[in-house]
Amino acid sequence: MTTTNLAVLVPLLPFLGAAAGLLLGRTAPGFVRPLAVLPTLASLVLATVVALRQGGDQAIDAATGLTPTGSVPIELALHIDGFAALVAVLVGVVATCVQTYSTGYLREDPRYPSYAALVSLFTSAMLLVVYSGDLMVLLVGWEIMGICSYFLVGHYWETPEARAASIKAFLVTKLGDVPFLIGLFALATDAGSFRITKVLGTVASGGLDHPTLIALLLLAGVAGKSAQFPLHTWLPDAMAGPTPVSALIHAATMVAAGVYFIARLLPVFAASQAAMIVLAVMAAVTMLGSGLAALAQDDIKRVLAYSTIGQLGYMTGALAVADRGAAVFHLLSHGAFKALLFLAAGVIIHAAGTNSLAAMSRMGHLRARVPDAYWTMTVALLALAAIPPFSGFFSKESVLGAAEHVATGHTEQAPGAAGWTVLIAGLITALLTAAYAMRLWLLAFRGRGADAPDHGRQPLTMTVVLWMLAAPSLAVGALAYRVLPDWFDGRDLTPTLTTSVLGTGVALIGGIVTYAAWRHTTALAARVPLGAVAAHPEGDAAQVEAEAIASHAPVYGGVAYAPDPADPGRLLLGPLHRHAAVGFHLDAVYRALFVRPVQAGASLVRFLDREVVDTYVRGAGALPRWLGIAVRRAQTGNVQTYVSALLAGTVVLAVAAVLVATGA
Amino acid sequence: MHLAYPAVLSALLFCTGLYGVLARRNAILVLMSVELMLNAVNLNLVAFDVWLSKTAEETLHSGQALTLFTITIAAAEIGIGLAIVLAVYRNRGTSDIDKLRDTAESHDTDGPDRDALTAPQAEKAEATA
Repeated sequence: MTTTNLAVLVPLLPFLGAAAGLLLGRTAPGFVRPLAVLPTLASLVLATVVALRQGGDQAIDAATGLTPTGSVPIELALHIDGFAALVAVLVGVVATCVQTYSTGYLREDPRYPSYAALVSLFTSAMLLVVYSGDLMVLLVGWEIMGICSYFLVGHYWETPEARAASIKAFLVTKLGDVPFLIGLFALATDAGSFRITKVLGTVASGGLDHPTLIALLLLAGVAGKSAQFPLHTWLPDAMAGPTPVSALIHAATMVAAGVYFIARLLPVFAASQAAMIVLAVMAAVTMLGSGLAALAQDDIKRVLAYSTIGQLGYMTGALAVADRGAAVFHLLSHGAFKALLFLAAGVIIHAAGTNSLAAMSRMGHLRARVPDAYWTMTVALLALAAIPPFSGFFSKESVLGAAEHVATGHTEQAPGAAGWTVLIAGLITALLTAAYAMRLWLLAFRGRGADAPDHGRQPLTMTVVLWMLAAPSLAVGALAYRVLPDWFDGRDLTPTLTTSVLGTGVALIGGIVTYAAWRHTTALAARVPLGAVAAHPEGDAAQVEAEAIASHAPVYGGVAYAPDPADPGRLLLGPLHRHAAVGFHLDAVYRALFVRPVQAGASLVRFLDREVVDTYVRGAGALPRWLGIAVRRAQTGNVQTYVSALLAGTVVLAVAAVLVATGA
Repeated sequence: MHLAYPAVLSALLFCTGLYGVLARRNAILVLMSVELMLNAVNLNLVAFDVWLSKTAEETLHSGQALTLFTITIAAAEIGIGLAIVLAVYRNRGTSDIDKLRDTAESHDTDGPDRDALTAPQAEKAEATA
């Protein structure tokens, strides 16, 4: 088969798997697991073949027009360059791991068939976004991901947190998608085509009339999808979904889509200095804020969620300094270790029976219960903290190196201010990242107190996947030498000495300071007993997690917060802790800015409907009702009254008839 | 005999019956009053038939034939009426017309909602009655 045909099959197979899974879920439950895993695995194999055949050479372009659609044509188009090929392989790897893991994680879940089908659909939509060469087709995948995330985040819809989180995820991303759609239209109007190649050609020849406006509109959609400030608030709440979904959304799909989109259309953004500055500031604020917030979270998955936001900040930072090679490199390595972190967190939550770090820090020997999760999570956290030689170090250094290049004026592609912003924010965030990674590791695995509950080994499907993902978390960094630059723009991705020393230095400082703080506070842990574990620790992991999510707010007073004086994050953040735990009150701001006005508008409409419109309706009904009341009074039930009335009427009629007959 | 005598008699009978129907409380007496009114009409029919047949060449005496019909039907009617009154008396312990007001519109009903609400109650009342 030609490479084009193989590439078409890559998004198509999970889609067919999803359709078959939805149709057969009830009638043939035995086929659900193969139908979930095998198409994804097959599309991973095909994506690998496509990537090998493409080999980072000339981009593969293919297009077929379906039907004339008026002014600007919409075509089913493929555009596979080195970025697309590698990101598709990442999506395939993570999706396969997540599907395999889910067979163990949700093995007793009654809604597993629809869950697996939606994950397949999600994967297929992301692969469509990755391979698409036409912006409208890309938008289709983009929106399918939006609706799938709504369903998947709300998988535990019995809990109010999950219902609220799914609606929030959908609405917040839609808030960005509306400007995004307008931006796409504006871009296509200027370029005369939705084809990415033609758009890039137009940009190269300077044919773009409103680069800043278009870039900022597109940026809104990207901020929503990739959870960048100020539209990131949906992502921590999306932790109410099952852990494999979090891994899928956070590692390879959904949030990666926004970064990948900018990487594809980077010349459009680079055409506007203002957009690049905005991108840099957005990245810097996102990185710093999420780093601080991650240090204050109590839910292990929310820590990881904020870390995802921060790492995405690195990627947008790399894009702000016009180095998409570094951005996609970090996307790849982050995809591997973040998927690993989430899947390991799922195992830990199952073993501990709680998602609260405060409760875990009061359990002894949790790491002995889940040795696989312990070792793989240690690897992933080291990669997250960018400690050499793990993959995160190389990709993060490539970002910082690119920022340094721009800041010192070596390249002219991006404004120097953007370079400085990204570099400084990136270094501070490296410190914060190491600090919260260290805190998570210490609280989860170095707890002291009563032994963690023991309910046997975790399912094999769940632990094998962890080791499968640990390999790329260790080894992807080596690709920075020689291999990856060929696939990407050919820019050097190897770490430079200055940023390596600075980045690793601040990371080590962050880790050591957190360790010292933990040593200082850990004595307090025994004095303040805390913690609640799931009611059914022997159930499957999904049930344990749903119970943990449902019980967190009633036990600790909030989904993100626990009154734990032994938390090193509390000591490190000081008075900032209270604000960081709630994400710096951004939800409250949104509540005041959007939710309240909408609710006020709704109550106004309700008032108009109830009091104004209904008044006319009631007024129209009043006259007949009064007449009815008058007539009803005659109905006394006394037959003799009726007969009297009949007689009176007869007499009147008779008299009238006589008068008429006599002509009077 | 002059026509005025039976006519006046029947008018008196009719008025007596009418009074009985409108004023008596006992259902049986009301029925008897209805009979009085019927018989007043019968009397009229016979009297006018005789008066008309005096001048006619030949006649079918249809008025008197109609009287026979009326008497027959009145007998059937009074049978059914008395049976109903008996049944009502057995059910309610009274045959007082003033107290048989089930068809009355209750005074507190004032809107469509309340009608819907009282409908099952009314059905229940009928069922127990």
